[in-house]
Amino acid sequence: MTSEPGNSLDERITKLLLEREVEDFIIREAVVLDEWRLDEWLTLFTDDGRYMIPSTDKPGGDPKETLGIINDDMARLRGRVERLKSRHAHREFPWSRTRRFISNVRVKEIAGEEILANASFLVYRIRSGQVDPLIGAYEYILRRVEGTLKIAFRKAVLDLEALRPHGTLSIIL
Amino acid sequence: MNLPELIHEDRSGGVFRVRRSVFSSTEIAALEQKYIFQRCWLYIGHDSEIPSAGDFRRRTVAGQPLFWVRGGDGKVRVFYNSCTHWGANICRLDEGNAELFQCFYHAWTFNNHGDLVSVPDEPGYGSGFHKEAMGLVSPPRVDNYRGLYFVSFSPSVEDLVSYLGDAKDYIDLILDQSEEGWRVIPGTQKYSVRANWKMFSLNSLDNYHVRPLHSTFFKYTESLGAGDPPVSPPTEFPGPQGRALSLRNGHGVDVFPSVNRARPIAHWHPILGEDSKEEIRNRRAGLVEKFGEERAYLMCNTNRLMLIYPNFALHDIAGVSLRYFEPVAPDYMEVTVQTLAPRGESAELLNRRLENFLSFLGPGGFAHPDDIEAMESAQLGFRANGPEWIDASRGMQRDGTALDEIHVRAFWRQWHAHIMGDAKAERDHD
Repeated sequence: MTSEPGNSLDERITKLLLEREVEDFIIREAVVLDEWRLDEWLTLFTDDGRYMIPSTDKPGGDPKETLGIINDDMARLRGRVERLKSRHAHREFPWSRTRRFISNVRVKEIAGEEILANASFLVYRIRSGQVDPLIGAYEYILRRVEGTLKIAFRKAVLDLEALRPHGTLSIIL
Repeated sequence: MNLPELIHEDRSGGVFRVRRSVFSSTEIAALEQKYIFQRCWLYIGHDSEIPSAGDFRRRTVAGQPLFWVRGGDGKVRVFYNSCTHWGANICRLDEGNAELFQCFYHAWTFNNHGDLVSVPDEPGYGSGFHKEAMGLVSPPRVDNYRGLYFVSFSPSVEDLVSYLGDAKDYIDLILDQSEEGWRVIPGTQKYSVRANWKMFSLNSLDNYHVRPLHSTFFKYTESLGAGDPPVSPPTEFPGPQGRALSLRNGHGVDVFPSVNRARPIAHWHPILGEDSKEEIRNRRAGLVEKFGEERAYLMCNTNRLMLIYPNFALHDIAGVSLRYFEPVAPDYMEVTVQTLAPRGESAELLNRRLENFLSFLGPGGFAHPDDIEAMESAQLGFRANGPEWIDASRGMQRDGTALDEIHVRAFWRQWHAHIMGDAKAERDHD
């Protein structure tokens, strides 16, 4: 994000503030997830939000015609959260510990009310004597709804070649 | 290790038990490699994965680095992925298309029939060097049944159709559901389980765990409302409680009626979307017309959990899934999952099919992560020295239902015969 000579100081400050706001949003979201405040996490989404994780061999695959790992609309995402809170999601009862390291946040494009942003992640899942790192990048479409940023689309693309030795994606990544 | 005593069977008392050491012993794991993975037919892939001349895919089967390729002549061949010169991998991509495979080390070049076609500085080799004998090497046996390809590392293995036993009929029952044929959908779920590979074979047959272990999945689907009502069966089979069946040679299947569950072919449920209702009902009507009500009922209104012994689960439940798994260590396996869809299915129904698949299945689904947790938890439990057996006695003394362990026992009997060095179990059935 180099500053272009034609931009006024005001424009540059506006852009900088937006970048800070986006980065702050994504980092706060990571904390919400590490603390398993899942109901609060759901409120970060727009009503038409989506959450998806492609398969490791087709990271760019269209989920409508490619088998991925997760492809949730809000109904399924609410179901996922309900399940994780139920004590009967056995892979996550008790909940694993997670620690999320988010970096390289950048605003890629602003299109009307929507902001396309990317970030790198390193998420550790710790449970049952195992420490499993999940490495990859997020793609966000954030939308401003009544002044507040919301997630319209959130894709976690794994750099891993396989979920080995992790086995599952039972946490929210 | 006392091999004959690994399984305890008391037919008059209806008791069947297996020593827990079979899940953790390195001695057993070595016997399994020798007598099972080097002798059986093992699944490698579906025809549709390499449709055109030159298409190839890389695979590991029983620890063996392989790739399979459709030659310029249209024939499917499987090769060990190792240059006949100094051994480097010839195929270095998971998938692609190639007329020639050139080793990156010394540039020996093979065509897609496996023939060695070019050797730099060929005159440097003497009269005893025969280029035509230095082609890529294939596993001893490769065959397919209706596009499902298998390899065997044993030259003397029985032919594939006879190996498949009665599983062949159930493969037919699945594949006949699409007149236009099937294709593997792009996208592969690759994961692992920190458990013995046999836990996956057993889990793939077992229906007894489904209600208790996967209650959160059913809670979710029930929250979406009711689907098309269950269809009254025109036949006694499989009965309201379903059936667990041995399919001989260690294969097995669990068949049970579809009740408030989604089947893209062909039992509609809200999870498949209002817009797919007509296509699904039409598909069923077409199958009734073609095969009659009885066979169409089995195709459309019953589910199948099938295991092709030893390590290939072909499930016809929330869509058709191909799951194959293999041991890396006694307490660690690698799993690969793909899904089949009918050619010619509408884009909308394919989308719904995949969403339905992901709701239940795979490492991020609402159910399968708990299977993995259960397998890993059992593997940890096997460290306990006190209990000596696992139990597989369910349904030995009744006319079996889908909740019984008839298929599980058939797996164990074949497995036991194998590690004792025998080709076949004495009995396929209880």
